[in-house]
Amino acid sequence: MFSALNLRIGFFLAVRQIKRASLWTTGLIVFVMVLTFLNLVVVSGVLVGIVQGSIDSHRTQDTGDVIVSSLDDKKYIENSPEVIGIIKSLPQVKDASARYRLGGTLEANYKTRKETDKPNIAVTQIIGIDPVAENNVSNMSKNIIKGEYLSPDDYDQIVLGSLLLEEDFSFNALFATLKNVSPGVKIRVNVNGVQREVTVKGVFESKVQDISRNAYMIDSQFRSIIGRNDGNVSEIAIKLNQGIDPKEVSEALVLSGVDEVAKIKTYYEAQPQFLKDVIKTFAMLGNMLSSIGLAVASITIFIVIFINAITRRKFIGILKGIGINGKAIEASYVFQSIFYALCGSAVGLVLVYAVLVPFFIAHPIDFPFSDGILVAPFDQTIFRVGLLVLSTVIAGYIPARMIVRKNTLDSILGRN
Amino acid sequence: MIETKNLVKTFKDGEAETKVLKGIDFKTEDGEFVAIMGRSGAGKSTFLYLMSLLDDSTGGEIIIDGKNAHKMTAEEKTLFRLEKCGYVFQDYALLPDLTALENVALPLLMQNIGRKKAYAKAREALIKVKLGHRLDNLPSHLSGGEQQRVSIARAVAHNPKILFADEPTANLDNESSKAVVEIFKEIHLAGQTIIMVTHEEQYAKMAGRVIHLDDGKIVSVQKN
Repeated sequence: MFSALNLRIGFFLAVRQIKRASLWTTGLIVFVMVLTFLNLVVVSGVLVGIVQGSIDSHRTQDTGDVIVSSLDDKKYIENSPEVIGIIKSLPQVKDASARYRLGGTLEANYKTRKETDKPNIAVTQIIGIDPVAENNVSNMSKNIIKGEYLSPDDYDQIVLGSLLLEEDFSFNALFATLKNVSPGVKIRVNVNGVQREVTVKGVFESKVQDISRNAYMIDSQFRSIIGRNDGNVSEIAIKLNQGIDPKEVSEALVLSGVDEVAKIKTYYEAQPQFLKDVIKTFAMLGNMLSSIGLAVASITIFIVIFINAITRRKFIGILKGIGINGKAIEASYVFQSIFYALCGSAVGLVLVYAVLVPFFIAHPIDFPFSDGILVAPFDQTIFRVGLLVLSTVIAGYIPARMIVRKNTLDSILGRN
Repeated sequence: MIETKNLVKTFKDGEAETKVLKGIDFKTEDGEFVAIMGRSGAGKSTFLYLMSLLDDSTGGEIIIDGKNAHKMTAEEKTLFRLEKCGYVFQDYALLPDLTALENVALPLLMQNIGRKKAYAKAREALIKVKLGHRLDNLPSHLSGGEQQRVSIARAVAHNPKILFADEPTANLDNESSKAVVEIFKEIHLAGQTIIMVTHEEQYAKMAGRVIHLDDGKIVSVQKN
């Protein structure tokens, strides 16, 4: 039993061993623990961060915090002006962007091609937007990589997602893309048989591939193409004030009866299934890697304490010889393990929260489908610190017990 | 105080057996100073380790302070060593991470004596062995003689019933040896039971009784 007395004596011995140990040795052990902590927190944090980056991109560039869209059997939201009015009346709502969305084609070489040439056509979703409202919700202008973003007074202008253009999308075998199209070039829009010649004003790029395959026009002109004058839109993306729970607004809209004419989804509910699968997969991978990290941490501390205890076997023998309880000696090694684990975790915490998290926010890792950040929720990190300490306590206790159990005199005399 | 009956100790190394003690009958009384002598390999240190409960015998009995050692658990032996025994080893056996004061105070702290009282007793013991000026020194900063005096202070600070010493002067120069022996004399005069292994005749003469061991047996007992 670890009685209070044994713990007190263990602490007494541990403090003095640590205090009088070589600084280099202590530093090296703490360094190993820092690496172990980072392995535990950062590796899984980056994995989750890849997905989180994708979730954030979907939220900030596509769905907003809440998305209201047409019912499955409808092409548009009935009584859209009334719905938009309800949405804008909610105090939690910061901005809302109403979108008209319809499938269509874009044709690039209609002026130059000969009769024998194949038309250069790309199939896309064409979205009619109020550029100011859309920019307030999705910050789209920031994603423009060529040319300019739309202005409210633009006429017959279009911005194209980079994946619609051959030069920006190398995997053109998968999707048909437009060749030799850049800002200033005219292309032909075809929606439900209605054709309109428009000028490419800009090209944008998003980490959300679905968005990068869209084309955007001013809503009033798109309405004239699709012949819609009732103001009914396909979807409304809503951006909420900071700190508002999307669920709260979703419920408020249901209470207002919006759910009778439209589907209401929070950004989380609106995530595509593949993203949900990826999140699950990465969470599993993260847990696996964390478990391996924890095992590595345990083995590391086991080796450190074992070597420490074996090289001090004579002194452990002397301690037992002069009557120091074996449990007190074991406790001293457990305290040392806790010290190393806590020091490693403390340095690791500073590194993660003062250096790595801010760094990755400022410089996200450029993954193909996400701006990867480091996700390290504090409560989860503290839980991992607890796990690390617990595993090191066990890993420190076992070798100490192995050495303490050896014959006292054999230990004093260095006999095997 | 201590009584051994037909005490046997055999070491095994694979199939080979070495009988180091071949049935020793011995008795010592409270306050006695016994020196154990003998040539190398005679079994004197082994005998001391068995009597002091640092090792287990292969056969025979040890009655120490009225208790049968064979019936004591490892934990009981540790507690017995803490409360009733003091040890002085040939190589001092000090803990390198603890100062002289901490080395002496540790067994007192383990006896649940309050920190202040333990340190006061330890300080007193170190002053008695003339190391009052070396309290905060680590063993590595002390000479061999000083280390052995710290070891003696640690052994006697808690007023043990028996002090066991295994060749306490073997690693010391003449002057330091004399100083250590003087301390032994003093504490014996104060009533301390001492059992000391030595191979130096001049120091054995201080003891009230000298036992000579050879080939694992007591071959002679000499009273001074």
